Amino acid sequence: MSFFARFAQNRGALVGLVILLAIVLMAILAPLLYPESPWRMVQRPFLAPLEAEGFWLGTDTMGRDVAAGLMHGAWVSLLIGLISTSVALLIGVPLGAVAGYYGGLIDDALMRFTEFFQTIPNFALAIVLVAIMQPSVASIVLAIAIVSWPPVARLVRAEFMSLRHREYVEAARLVGQTNRTIILKQILPNTLSPIIVLASLMVATAILLESALSFLGLGDPNVMSWGYMIGAARTVIRQAWWLSFFPGVAILLTVLALNLVGEGLDDALNPKLARERS
Amino acid sequence: MNDNTPVLSIRGLTLALPQGADRDYAVEDVSYDVARGEIMCVVGESGSGKSMAANAVMGLLPKGVRPTAGEVLFDGQDLLTLSEKQHRQLRGLRIGMIFQEPMTALNPLMRVGAQIAEVFEAHGKYSGSERQEKALALLEEVGIPQPERAIRAYPFQLSGGQRQRVMIAMALALEPELLIADEPTTALDVTTQAQILELIRDLQKRRGMAVMFITHDFGVVAEVATRVCVMRFGQIVELGMADEVLDNPRHDYTRALLEAIPSNRVPEARGGERPAPLLEVRNLNKVFRSRGGLFKPAREVRALDDVSFTLAPGETVGIVGESGSGKSTLGRCVVRLERPDSGTLALAGTDFSALRGDVLRRERHRVQMIFQDPYASLNPRHRVGYAIAQGPMANGVPKDKAMRQAEELLELVGLGAVAVDRFPHEFSGGQRQRIGIARALALNPELIVADEAVSALDVSIQAQVLELLEELKQKLSLSLLFITHDLRVAAQICDTIIVMQQGRIVEQGTAQEVFLNPREAYTRQLLDAIPGRAHEAAMA
Amino acid sequence: MLYARLFVMRLLKAVVVLFLIVIFNFILIQLAPGDPAAIMAGEAGATDEEFLRQLRERFGLDQPMYVQLWRYVSGIATLDFGWSYRQGMPVLDLILERLPATLLLTGTAFVLSLALGIVLGSMAAARVKKPSGSLIMALALIFYATPLFWVALMAVVLFSVFLGWLPAYGMYTVGAGHTGFALALDVAKHLILPATTLALFFMAIYTRMTRASMLEASQQDYVKTARAKGLAPRVIQRRHVLRNALLPIITLAGLQAGQMVGGAILTETVFAWPGIGRLMFEALQQRDYNLLLGIFFFSAALVIVFNIITDLVYRLADPRIKEAS
Repeated sequence: MSFFARFAQNRGALVGLVILLAIVLMAILAPLLYPESPWRMVQRPFLAPLEAEGFWLGTDTMGRDVAAGLMHGAWVSLLIGLISTSVALLIGVPLGAVAGYYGGLIDDALMRFTEFFQTIPNFALAIVLVAIMQPSVASIVLAIAIVSWPPVARLVRAEFMSLRHREYVEAARLVGQTNRTIILKQILPNTLSPIIVLASLMVATAILLESALSFLGLGDPNVMSWGYMIGAARTVIRQAWWLSFFPGVAILLTVLALNLVGEGLDDALNPKLARERS
Repeated sequence: MNDNTPVLSIRGLTLALPQGADRDYAVEDVSYDVARGEIMCVVGESGSGKSMAANAVMGLLPKGVRPTAGEVLFDGQDLLTLSEKQHRQLRGLRIGMIFQEPMTALNPLMRVGAQIAEVFEAHGKYSGSERQEKALALLEEVGIPQPERAIRAYPFQLSGGQRQRVMIAMALALEPELLIADEPTTALDVTTQAQILELIRDLQKRRGMAVMFITHDFGVVAEVATRVCVMRFGQIVELGMADEVLDNPRHDYTRALLEAIPSNRVPEARGGERPAPLLEVRNLNKVFRSRGGLFKPAREVRALDDVSFTLAPGETVGIVGESGSGKSTLGRCVVRLERPDSGTLALAGTDFSALRGDVLRRERHRVQMIFQDPYASLNPRHRVGYAIAQGPMANGVPKDKAMRQAEELLELVGLGAVAVDRFPHEFSGGQRQRIGIARALALNPELIVADEAVSALDVSIQAQVLELLEELKQKLSLSLLFITHDLRVAAQICDTIIVMQQGRIVEQGTAQEVFLNPREAYTRQLLDAIPGRAHEAAMA
Repeated sequence: MLYARLFVMRLLKAVVVLFLIVIFNFILIQLAPGDPAAIMAGEAGATDEEFLRQLRERFGLDQPMYVQLWRYVSGIATLDFGWSYRQGMPVLDLILERLPATLLLTGTAFVLSLALGIVLGSMAAARVKKPSGSLIMALALIFYATPLFWVALMAVVLFSVFLGWLPAYGMYTVGAGHTGFALALDVAKHLILPATTLALFFMAIYTRMTRASMLEASQQDYVKTARAKGLAPRVIQRRHVLRNALLPIITLAGLQAGQMVGGAILTETVFAWPGIGRLMFEALQQRDYNLLLGIFFFSAALVIVFNIITDLVYRLADPRIKEAS
């Protein structure tokens, strides 16, 4: 059965994929449909949804168009989610590979290091990092990457540890392949599927983290994000609950879609597991 | 003792496999009886469907497998028509079952006594303290050392053989009329296997129950069977009294299976002078230390204890021993997957044990290995041709030349050059083992180490691979270090046999000497434990 | 005896980790843009040159780096976390004053999420491929994807604003002057919304984990053995499947402790719950870095304490570890 056929067998994954594509489309269309800055005041504040033509989600406390913010926010969420996950992979994969392949003292040292980062409360660390580096897209990406690489390192290490004594790896050592070749050609390709699945879930977590940071006022002051929109409307929740409601739904749908796609990938990449689970 | 009223009667049983399986039926039109006081052996290779009927009897069929025809009569009742609840009342009470893997068949978090007492609890027998007493009595009956301690032990504190005894105690707790044993000794060492077989035979006689014994090993059949049912592809090939089937098999398949079993015949030793050794192992030592954690004392296992031997060019030396004997460690030291703590490994003059790093990597082509597990020894993402060509390529041979070589090698091991473009999962276990052999040959090594190279294969496939190795030995005058737990396999292919126990060499000599006139008590013990040997000796 | 030794070793390890966090904090202060003195004082004080000079002298910021590090570490070793200029109080006092509220909130949420998660997860595992099982998993998936702070806000809108059932802010009714049982009841009422919203996300995690772990455990050989004994499915599920399935959940619960503290920051912010999470939000808004780093240190310490507890529980639950040690 082909990869996509196995993926499509998971109904939820298909739904997730459709939602995700819609959000990507939103991000792409944002500058076309709302070419002006989402920060610009365009109408009187506190316009309820559908109250005025052209502002189907209403306006916020400063008279900014909520729909425009939502569209532009999609772009920021996806961007930060993808980049911070890539950075986390760049830290975690080599670290886990080296620890798992070589074992011994190198492994010990690297794992103590990883454990240290896992002990520190994630979100608190991210807050401290962004606060001290000053909020910007770069500092947010870095902070999210720094708090999310340890699970990658642990996963890759565990995979490498179980594969390094696999007979085909030992055979490769015996024919005189270098450690580099063995790591890159024999083992790494066989660890890709769990890494891909984890990465898709990490993008989801990164988006949640970013929104939480922005909610606390630690977002990049130059980009509109969903978390910021909720945070800014927090104090007026009694008068205008919808200002917090719609960005929240956007986050929920994006994260849900990514999780669903991640599960679908898991089924498609590890067909045996999928069969057992059902 | 055989009173001829079958306890269990399977009539025309057909079990359908779920769609998409490699055949339609797990078993097809299978009929046999199991009577009081007999051991009925169901024999077959993997995939023969030999365990399926037993699962139907227990009501433990795998998901998707369902009966489509026939009946399974137990005490006049068709078990196939029972509800799950009715079936449950039979399990453990009137039908007991033991499984293949004693290591995983017990709940790791419960004490042994509690797990036995559960059988009584499930059927509402006895009070709490009585259950413990009964459990203790059972543990005594199945011959567990120090039953008072064992009853409070957790499974991980017991050996494999002891765990299997616990399983037997549970299966027999309520004195069932029928005991089903599904490959109960396959995961055990040969001496432990002999003890467990003895125990089952003994208990069966004492209690006069009916036993359905499922196995792949004709040696075990010869040891315990009253009657035999040989299965293949879900169908019965031959059914009859054990002596008849073993001595005068009527069906070709049975005959082939029996012939494939390595026999007591030992090839003549080659005469002539011994040339200078190719491999000279001197005083090799290796200790494994489990690093003590904060609360674990460091544990030491002496895997190799002052091991010395030589191997002449063109010679095949067999290393034989049970698990934990150090035989695999020895092989891994010779190919330098492990580094010995002390001692020398001279390969045609070079001390292999002293090499390190890049120097070692460049010398590695001189010693190659054939691995045990045909499913783990090939990278699932690499095409077969590439898997074989990798070695020469790592040693500087250009890619197209290495690939041409790979094609030739695949021809040589009987797979044909077309195999180069296929992936490992397209091949069977035996075929993969041939690929592994081709890979080992690709570098023209001076020495090949075969680590349990045929142990994971069905007996008929095993015979074919051994034949191939024998043929290659002649053609290429290979020098072979052949590691196995099976003395009979070793006797067939080896010139010299070394018996190991707990890291030490117990006995070494020509295959004939060791196999036919063992000097050491341990070697004799190993030979005696081989199932079916007495039967074969009687025939000779 | 064994536990005492284990406990001591774990404490030593904890001290090492905390020491590393102190160093980490020190590095962060150095890395921050601008004058460390300004950071310690909070940005507003940064304009007063004379004040900064005094600060530099007082904190030894004119000294070489290693002296500064030494002063910083030894300060924290003597529980001196510095001064919060914004609140005009020692950082330690501020934190200790707020700690009990956070412990109450996270403790309640933890127990709630674990208990609900295990129950729902077991139910879902027993109802694979049935609508009720799928419904549980769908809910878990949704809660797992929902931002905590948003659920909190929506809970306020629904239960406080529209329905008016529960108080939305604070830990007790200000000015009511409740004492004794009335006070406990009042706090409990205020606790319901924050604890439940904090628990939902973690409940989703434990539900998914419990189900996966139970399905995995039910494939094991010992379950087949239990069936062969003729045990009833209920007994098999509880005694064999669930007990084995719980081990990885204990481990996971330990790992989630840090996340729980992070979640508390958001929940306390929304509900104005007077714990260290809310304090952290206030420190953020006022750029009170000294206080921020102090809270960071304490939240890490909290996680470590929690990890030690789960470690001990694990050892109680798994005989193999007890024996091996």
